Amino acid sequence: MQPYDDIPGTYVQDGRQTRLGYALNMFCMSLNEEANRERFKADEPAYLDGFALSAEQRQAVLDRDWVAMLRLGGNIYYTFKIAIVDGLSMQGVGGLMSGVTREEFQQMMINGGRPLAGNRYEEEWKRG
Amino acid sequence: MAEIVGGIGTSHIPGIGAAVDKGKTQEPIWKNLFDHYEPAREWLAELAPDVAIVVFNDHASAFSMQLIPTFAIGVADTFLPADEGYGRRKVPAAQGAPELAWHLTERLILDGFDMTIANEMDIDHGCTVPLSIGCDQPDEWPFAIIPLCVNVIQYPPPTGARCLALGQALQRAVASWEGDERIVVFGTGGMSHQLQGERAGLVNADFDTAFLDGLTADPDGVAAIDHVEYLRDAGSEGIELVMWMVMRGALGDNATERYRHYQVAAASNTAAGLIVLEPA
Repeated sequence: MQPYDDIPGTYVQDGRQTRLGYALNMFCMSLNEEANRERFKADEPAYLDGFALSAEQRQAVLDRDWVAMLRLGGNIYYTFKIAIVDGLSMQGVGGLMSGVTREEFQQMMINGGRPLAGNRYEEEWKRG
Repeated sequence: MAEIVGGIGTSHIPGIGAAVDKGKTQEPIWKNLFDHYEPAREWLAELAPDVAIVVFNDHASAFSMQLIPTFAIGVADTFLPADEGYGRRKVPAAQGAPELAWHLTERLILDGFDMTIANEMDIDHGCTVPLSIGCDQPDEWPFAIIPLCVNVIQYPPPTGARCLALGQALQRAVASWEGDERIVVFGTGGMSHQLQGERAGLVNADFDTAFLDGLTADPDGVAAIDHVEYLRDAGSEGIELVMWMVMRGALGDNATERYRHYQVAAASNTAAGLIVLEPA
């Protein structure tokens, strides 16, 4: 148990997460190269065969389940490289991770962002 | 004797660079932010430094999880913009200051800061966006650049206190250099923001305002903000603010604030801050 484990909707990239997500993140890192982006776009399953992802991680990538990727050790700076291939913005992915549209997410930012109140502890989310 | 003549703290939101590159800075969602960059640009142009030390974090561009240096300094002749997935950003290559960078590296290590030395390193938006904020779109950057990377992605990043002490050591290292370069230090990243997860979009203006106030008036107090407080109250990526402490340390005890601006960058997921400091 770490002192930050009770922050809601937050996946701190500590040693536990990096051990879990190493292969997933290194796959994402490979997308920094144009040739690899093209190979990934052409045949995602075949491209993923080149990396030692768990079955769950592989499915999360194919499904573009952005929260599952984080839960499985992915880091947002790495997984966002998949979003770049898809043509998504960070606000678009922010919406997908928090269950709203890109437009709704942007409106939240125009309004000053997600407030801290009610979002500091998991307990606050459980109480609703 | 070389000296540090100014400091800039600024967010390095990639969308800011894209807005500059695509000519969108006067669009309604960006205009206010860029209008408020103007005084800092004028200040920097008037200051006309020879070298900028840009403290930033690499975002899975030059470094991956394979190797995670806590502090890395670039000693190359040239640094190219990284391909972060969009192709390389169409901005000038950064010309390094290798002799000065090697001097700083040696002094820092002998002073107790165990720097990783980067002979080759692409620079990503963490470095190039602050340059665009400071200089807009020149054909060449108007000063040499020494990139100084801080790990803030893998937990735990260095503490704020350690970053402040690194900045203080940087000032000593500059003062012992035989050249007469005038140097600005950029501390970049932040302010409060969270990119990841179901809590994405978190902004804490009270935290950010207190940070900006304390940066000049009470750097030791700001340096004492612990990691869990950053993560919980400033968002998981708000912890990037430790990099501003390197800049703060390099400006000396009695630095004064010259200018600041703060707003949420509504086209991003981030509270954008800008502060200009001058040494005593």
